[in-house]
Amino acid sequence: MSLFRTNRSALPGFNLSLGFTVFYLSLIVLVPLSAVFLRTAGMTWDHFTQAVATPRVIASYRISFGASFLAALVNLVFGLLLAWVLVRYPFPGRKVIDALVDLPFALPTAVAGIALTAIYSKNGWIGQYLEPLGIHVAFTELGVLVALTFIGLPFVVRTLQPVIEELQPEIEEASASLGANRWQTITRVILPELFPPLLTGFALAFARALGEYGSVVFISGNMPMRTEIVPLLIMTKLEQYDYRGATAIALVMLVASFVLLLIINLLQKWSRRYHQV
Amino acid sequence: MASAAISQLHSRRAAAPAATPRATQDPVWVRWLLTGVALLFVASFLVLPLVSVFAEALRRGVGAYFASFEDPDALSAIRLTLLAAGISVPANLVFGVVAAWAITKFNFPGKSLLLTMIDLPFAVSPVISGLIYVLIFGAQGWFGPWLIEHDVKVIFAVPGIVLATTFVTFPFVAREIIPLMQAQGTDEEYAAITLGASGWQTFWRVTLPNIKWGLFYGVILCNARAMGEFGAVSVVSGHIRGETNTIPLHVEILYNEYNFVAAFAVASLLAVLAIITLVLKSFIEWKYQQGHAGE
Repeated sequence: MSLFRTNRSALPGFNLSLGFTVFYLSLIVLVPLSAVFLRTAGMTWDHFTQAVATPRVIASYRISFGASFLAALVNLVFGLLLAWVLVRYPFPGRKVIDALVDLPFALPTAVAGIALTAIYSKNGWIGQYLEPLGIHVAFTELGVLVALTFIGLPFVVRTLQPVIEELQPEIEEASASLGANRWQTITRVILPELFPPLLTGFALAFARALGEYGSVVFISGNMPMRTEIVPLLIMTKLEQYDYRGATAIALVMLVASFVLLLIINLLQKWSRRYHQV
Repeated sequence: MASAAISQLHSRRAAAPAATPRATQDPVWVRWLLTGVALLFVASFLVLPLVSVFAEALRRGVGAYFASFEDPDALSAIRLTLLAAGISVPANLVFGVVAAWAITKFNFPGKSLLLTMIDLPFAVSPVISGLIYVLIFGAQGWFGPWLIEHDVKVIFAVPGIVLATTFVTFPFVAREIIPLMQAQGTDEEYAAITLGASGWQTFWRVTLPNIKWGLFYGVILCNARAMGEFGAVSVVSGHIRGETNTIPLHVEILYNEYNFVAAFAVASLLAVLAIITLVLKSFIEWKYQQGHAGE
């Protein structure tokens, strides 16, 4: 086997495949994305700060980052619960539930948006019970949170599942035989093991929620300063032909996304190394 | 896989008439409680939205449901969605396979950077994914004046929709088969080449059969996203009824016109697509496990 490793070029097509990959990547992704940076570079600093720091824009950052953070937090709790139950507790219909976890990936965001709005509106299946309690979901900040929780759920579950599957039962037995009760085993042995994937899942769900548009616009009511998320604000600016403003805000969001991507990559590396040790 | 087999062995042993509960097992009431809460969460957060799409679509009966599809604008939206997915999915399929070949069969500097770059579209907000093409091909964009001069429409027209769809579905196939091909290594390909096969023969007869399920999986995920993309397409479409509306955009228009039954009826097409995607995904996973069990 290792005989061939020294002669890597024996397989054909390296130049062609790498050339095509870089070409197509540049054409579809890199050059178009660079437009955001180059267009903003053409603005003066004053124009830029005026575009990205008006009270309405700052309010939208607060809503987007705040709701995404809370939604990722909700997913952290329920994602952990769901992943744990799916791996550890066999029950009839587990396969179906497991498949359903991917629904937010498969269901188009616009469909999720109108469905959630229907459910949580005043006469909706869940909304009709919440409204008398004074809890308004549709067309409030809570609606944004519900939509962002929906789309982020699979990330936490799918990051945790393989790690829980590979937890060695021997370690838990060792912990128990050394006198730890079940709670101590969970908090001191299992949870530390799950910490890296939990953090990764959280970051993935947060990153996804930050850019989300389709599922939020229907349920949020889109009120400036209250429920207007950043992607919607970019959309509004575009509709008003304010391309500069839209591009400047897009740049801020792109930088935030890239920083998150970097963090996620580092987390995944850490997670892998942690797991090998 | 080996660890799964081992854990199965463990659970089977545990299921044997064991008088004392194993240390790794939680008390029955804890299991019931946690399973109950998890199921309640799934029911209210995942099942209800899916069911509500069909319930709302059928609110006025089956007749009204099917009447929604007689609208020529709905039909043209379906056609455009099929067209956009029909171009962008094959394009990203070819890219995914070629990129996976370059990345998994050879060593070169900058490989991990290339991998990160391929993932970029996942990190970009759909709205920004549309915006970038407006900045290039829009009236005020880089090629805007030239395009207007030559009477070519990209933005607010079909080419823009295809481009935006291609961008958002860019990583799906590549990211699905790269780990698969990495795990499989290059030994089989080297054996084929040594035995006198050409590069193409090696690819078609050795590599492709090995990755076919992963490839199929990538394609159905790519397709689901391509047909359901909303934000990116919304930016570049211009919402011209009967011309540049895809299915999700048509849903939005109907919904904003308070034509709820028609909106949910058209949305139910996408919900069916989502269900088919999930079923195929489960099937492929099952098939994949079967293949591994057979080895």
